[in-house]
Amino acid sequence: MDNSLLKIEDLQVVYSTDDSLVFAVNGLDLDLAPGETLGLVGETGAGKTTTALSIMGLLPDRTGFVTRGKITLDGHDILASSEAELRGIRGKLVSMIFQDPMTSLNPTMTVGDQIKEVLQVHNPDADEAQLQARIDELMELVGLPAARKIEYPHQFSGGMKQRIVIAIALACEPKLLLADEPTTALDVTIQAQVLKLMRNLKEKLNTAMLLITHDLGVVAQICDKVAIMYAGEIIESGTIEQIYTGERHHPYTKGLFGAIPNLKEKTRRLHPVEGLMPDPTNLPLGCAFHPRCAQCLEVCRNCAPAAHLVDGHMVKCHLYKEDR
Amino acid sequence: MKKTDLQKVQARAAEYAKLREAGITPERKKRSAKMDFFMRFAKNRLALFGAALFIVMALIAFNADNFFDYESQAIFQNMSQRLLKPSAEHIFGTDEYGRDIFVRIVYGARISLFVGLGTVLSSMLLGCLIGAVAAYYGGKVDNLLMRTMDIFLAVPSSLMAICVVAALGTGIFKLMIALAISEVPRFSRVVRSSVLGTKGQEFIEAAKACGTRDLRIIIRHILPNSMGPIIVQATTNVARCVLMISSLSFIGLGIPSPTPEWGSMLSEGRTLMRYYPNLVIFPGIALMMTALSFYSIGDGLRDAMDPRLRN
Amino acid sequence: MSAANTTPLLETRDLKKYFKTPRGLLHAVDGVSLTIPRGTTLGVVGESGCGKSTLGRTVLRLLEPTSGDILYNGESIVGKNAEEMREMRRKMQIIFQDPYASLNPRMNVSQLIAEPIRVCHTIRGEKAIDEKVQELMKTVGLAERLYKSYPHELDGGRRQRIGIARALALDPEFIVCDEPVSALDVSIQAQILNLMMDLQEERGLTYMFITHNLSVVKHISSQIAVMYLGQCVEWADVDEIFENPKHPYTQSLLAAIPVASVSERHREIETIQGEVTSPIDPKPGCRFAPRCSKATPACYEGTLTLRSVSERHSVACRLYE
Repeated sequence: MDNSLLKIEDLQVVYSTDDSLVFAVNGLDLDLAPGETLGLVGETGAGKTTTALSIMGLLPDRTGFVTRGKITLDGHDILASSEAELRGIRGKLVSMIFQDPMTSLNPTMTVGDQIKEVLQVHNPDADEAQLQARIDELMELVGLPAARKIEYPHQFSGGMKQRIVIAIALACEPKLLLADEPTTALDVTIQAQVLKLMRNLKEKLNTAMLLITHDLGVVAQICDKVAIMYAGEIIESGTIEQIYTGERHHPYTKGLFGAIPNLKEKTRRLHPVEGLMPDPTNLPLGCAFHPRCAQCLEVCRNCAPAAHLVDGHMVKCHLYKEDR
Repeated sequence: MKKTDLQKVQARAAEYAKLREAGITPERKKRSAKMDFFMRFAKNRLALFGAALFIVMALIAFNADNFFDYESQAIFQNMSQRLLKPSAEHIFGTDEYGRDIFVRIVYGARISLFVGLGTVLSSMLLGCLIGAVAAYYGGKVDNLLMRTMDIFLAVPSSLMAICVVAALGTGIFKLMIALAISEVPRFSRVVRSSVLGTKGQEFIEAAKACGTRDLRIIIRHILPNSMGPIIVQATTNVARCVLMISSLSFIGLGIPSPTPEWGSMLSEGRTLMRYYPNLVIFPGIALMMTALSFYSIGDGLRDAMDPRLRN
Repeated sequence: MSAANTTPLLETRDLKKYFKTPRGLLHAVDGVSLTIPRGTTLGVVGESGCGKSTLGRTVLRLLEPTSGDILYNGESIVGKNAEEMREMRRKMQIIFQDPYASLNPRMNVSQLIAEPIRVCHTIRGEKAIDEKVQELMKTVGLAERLYKSYPHELDGGRRQRIGIARALALDPEFIVCDEPVSALDVSIQAQILNLMMDLQEERGLTYMFITHNLSVVKHISSQIAVMYLGQCVEWADVDEIFENPKHPYTQSLLAAIPVASVSERHREIETIQGEVTSPIDPKPGCRFAPRCSKATPACYEGTLTLRSVSERHSVACRLYE
């Protein structure tokens, strides 16, 4: 079953600060096949960005440590790779786009030059004509006129900047794209444009994508599979149908859906989960969610739940043991 | 290096896991903001050294009368004891008038620290006022105040100090005025830019939304949040002032003899420097260490205040 | 119903706020006329650059209006001097978007909440002020042990609760809420929205709720005003806007919201082409026309104003004239 492009096994990432350890990722397992789009959903502090940075080998130098686990990307063991090897992988095999397009682009370089930079790193033998042709191709691909490649980032709007960031990310046709909240900073109509673009590109280039977001609506539009993260682990995962429909869900997932204002129904009050995400320096014993869970059992307080798998739909909760 | 760090972190994580399995959740002590700040400051070894040095100097200098007798050791000329090399009795030796160099340095520290800190504190007050008002009100007020400050800044500070001393005469307080005149514009600039940054923040708008008057906004909301860069500037200015006083004394325009002052000690020892280097080495080192300690304190403060520079 | 009950608590008449920029005159708010009845919530919705935040601040005179009138309880507040405005401010408060920037980092929770009280001297005596602060903390759901905590020690949701408590400190009647939940996680958003709705019911508050998020505003608003480039293009009861949006921009806005449901998945994502035009020295006619699929030549001429298409529903669009 090793068809997977990205395989993460039992990942534990810890940030070391003067007085404490921040357990950002706690035993994460993830599987992504080529061409698949996985939505990694969670709120602030769940560990989504840390996971993405670990895949890229971009954890902060002196404070971020992978203390356990294995990340295999297209056969490469990321955690065992040297910095030089990783440089060869970044941009070519896996690319990342970050949340804030305003700060992702270098304000002192033209847009065309920024795309050229990544092309040159991975194609040192290409000549100028080839590079320029590819830049033009990429600009058109993301829906921007090629003539604008000589302009500077400040001359573009937020949505256009994000398109440029996408163009840079896809320049070397990576097999995997990590998108960290790519549309959160954008207006909703611009978000729609960018999502439409991403959906088209996904079909055209068959790039696998790990989309990190807190917005379940965005996930519904563009992802094939969903994984819900809480306190550094994936507590539920499955296909879109499995997560968005049906009854067998982790209580946190139910809470997330309950907190979304619904445009169609006429509910007056929202039904979020009370309380807050736990302090990652001091996670609760047993199930990390148990202090906030309305259906908390005695066993939840002491024993961390195992992953219960039914037909590809995984839920990490004591309520859903197979033998029930 | 990274590998051993990783192992250390893994060990800590494993320990933590063991504790939790045993059912104990280790309580993490929450440090107050002040403690946190102090710990960050202490990480900078040089800054810590500078702070320690300053404290030691200040303690010795201001308690000098308990250890030494000012008149007999620092001022009284004892020609039989002149130009002695460093010994147990005179740690740094004696100068050409038979005065103990070490004692003179200690009393000189008093002057330097007093003038340095005094000048900076007073110019900081005036500079804060001018800078804050200019930044807060903007427009013509800003223009008027800042252009006036620019005029003062356009004159080189040493020249300015010399002219003022020449006009007013020498003496500690006149000297402080002379120095303050060039310090105030420097401060006002720093304060102005700091306040401009704070002014735009939403909590200022929030204060205005309940009808807070301008004065209260400046004093309660703006200044406490702009103090960071101002304090750092203040420490570097103290170092500058100390050096300036010594420079002025060196050319004879500062503290008049026989009051011990490092700059005048350097000046007096100049001619005999070749044969009796202790006449200039020790005051020189004292000056250097004082300036260095203030600069490193300033560095440490700035780093400790900026949470992004942590780790 | 007596005449007093029908006077809207807040009314703007042709309110304009322009900014001078090196490139020209920026029409941030350009002729907005809205009313907000007492005890209700007006949701002001629009994307970045539409002028909604500027509108919120201008209504409180935190920014001075360029022209037009603002009436509070029937009384014009545009002409009032600083002292009189100070009096008015007790009744008109604001909650800010950024729970990080809107609290003075050097003040602890109790000081932050007590500050308006101290400034306006509404309560005298330390003990009485303390009691009021604790009462407010309880009302907004802040634990008593946080009394001496500083903002940086708390998360976004708690900080926003401090902001709400501070806004309530003077017992206001009207609160402008400038994107109060946009910076918060979904669960916390919902908690805060529930809190604000409860407060409105208990205290009879009137809100102007500014946001870019249509789904959030649906829960809390009784009426919605949609803004585009400084102008109000549609104004209606909340149910009307969602069931029967008339202005093409409103329709696009609603269509653009990604729905968290599998059935909507395969629907083609409808988008508006192009980008927002500049609010600097705008051309005459409808400002949305360059991007509107239903634009006609008439749309590029003259000025558009809100016209009623039915009771409690107005649109500014040539299609409905």
